[in-house]
Amino acid sequence: MNRVLLTLVLATAVTVLVAGCETLKVAGELGGLVGVATGTMTTNEAASLTRTTAAVAKTFEDITPEQEYYIGRAVSATILNKYKPYSNDAAHRYLNLLGQSLALASTKPETFGGYHFMILDSGEINAFAAPGGFIMVTRGMLRCCRSEDALAAVLAHEIGHVQNQHGLKAIKQGRLTSALTILAVESAKTFGGEDLAELTTAFEGSITDITSTLMTSGYARGQERDADKGAVQILKQVGYAPQALVDMLEQMKNNLKPGGLDFAKTHPAPQDRIKYIREWIGSAPSPVEPAARQARFDQAMKGL
Amino acid sequence: MKKRMFKCLVAVGLLAIGEAAFGLSEMSVQVKAGQIRATPSYLGQVLATVDYGARVQVLQQRGDWMEVQTPGNPNGWMHASALTKKKAVLRAGDEDVSTQTSGEELALAGKGFNKEVEAEFKQQNPNVDFKWVDWMEKTRYTIEELSAFLREGGVKSVTGGAP
Repeated sequence: MNRVLLTLVLATAVTVLVAGCETLKVAGELGGLVGVATGTMTTNEAASLTRTTAAVAKTFEDITPEQEYYIGRAVSATILNKYKPYSNDAAHRYLNLLGQSLALASTKPETFGGYHFMILDSGEINAFAAPGGFIMVTRGMLRCCRSEDALAAVLAHEIGHVQNQHGLKAIKQGRLTSALTILAVESAKTFGGEDLAELTTAFEGSITDITSTLMTSGYARGQERDADKGAVQILKQVGYAPQALVDMLEQMKNNLKPGGLDFAKTHPAPQDRIKYIREWIGSAPSPVEPAARQARFDQAMKGL
Repeated sequence: MKKRMFKCLVAVGLLAIGEAAFGLSEMSVQVKAGQIRATPSYLGQVLATVDYGARVQVLQQRGDWMEVQTPGNPNGWMHASALTKKKAVLRAGDEDVSTQTSGEELALAGKGFNKEVEAEFKQQNPNVDFKWVDWMEKTRYTIEELSAFLREGGVKSVTGGAP
């Protein structure tokens, strides 16, 4: 009996040790904190580290939550260079509570810095989701929504982009290669001037890749479809009518100006989206919308 | 020497069996301010906050929620999306920085875009103003506000998680 037990213990030990070697390859993903660490590394050690990590995969998956957050901040700041926030505290409070309720039901309820929502003071129909959960919607987009459920559908679509990390996927592969091989070694102190400059160049390039995708070229159709799928899922979970996404798109179809530089340019045509969304929703009856829900929506959107 | 190795293997085996049997495992916080809650729900009271990179001991799992133990804090619940199985990160002032962490971990932990890179970016792009991003991040809501919002609108409080 003792022998059997011992064999079991040893076999488990061997399994753990073998698995441990595999785990080591991906260990230590969390980044950034090192930026505040002590800085006791020599140049030789640093060089050896650079060699060790040269073989590490360099894809968007290597971007840590903290880095995603800093990318998201810079992307948002760049967008907010073109658009100004809409000045209305009550509307922002409402938008944030609605957005949080939806984000908590997403596949990624928590991001490094959390989800934040803002209304942009612009008549064009647009919405942006920067990595890490910074979500901005224009007044023009809000005007396509006639109910809280419809607004929830817009926000849930943007949350869909965040949970699928579509922003990070817009970064060109070459940039990540250069960014991820420049290692911060141990501390910001050891970031030589050259390394910091090169990292910043890669950072700037990544921000450009994402903002130009968000503002000019748009995501791939498959990604828009995934975001719509995520939105339907979230809406169903919390009890909003997924049909509201279709209602909003119908309204958007009427409001969009052909050849516009907003959603007309960066998104598939509303009628195409409606088609596949209807297939997902099926013929299930929509949940009844409480009167208080419509009343607070009307109140918050007053004057938009 | 052989005897020592044998003992070591037995110890590793026992530890692993313990982990499997009791579900104990260590995880790292992967959000800026990890919240430990009294109940496995986002409407649960926040008992304590733990920093990015802090290690937590997982006592049990219920759906996407983990009951965790951390030094100096009451036990409580954290959502799985706030945690990662990836190895602990170096913390400022840690003495074991250069001795106990493998080169690969250290290098990986040190990579990338952080506060210093953002500062450099700001310096090189003075026209890009972060004022409104900071403003966005300041938006806070209380559990009571969120709870009232859900209740009044007839919206379900649902916690998502990995598909």
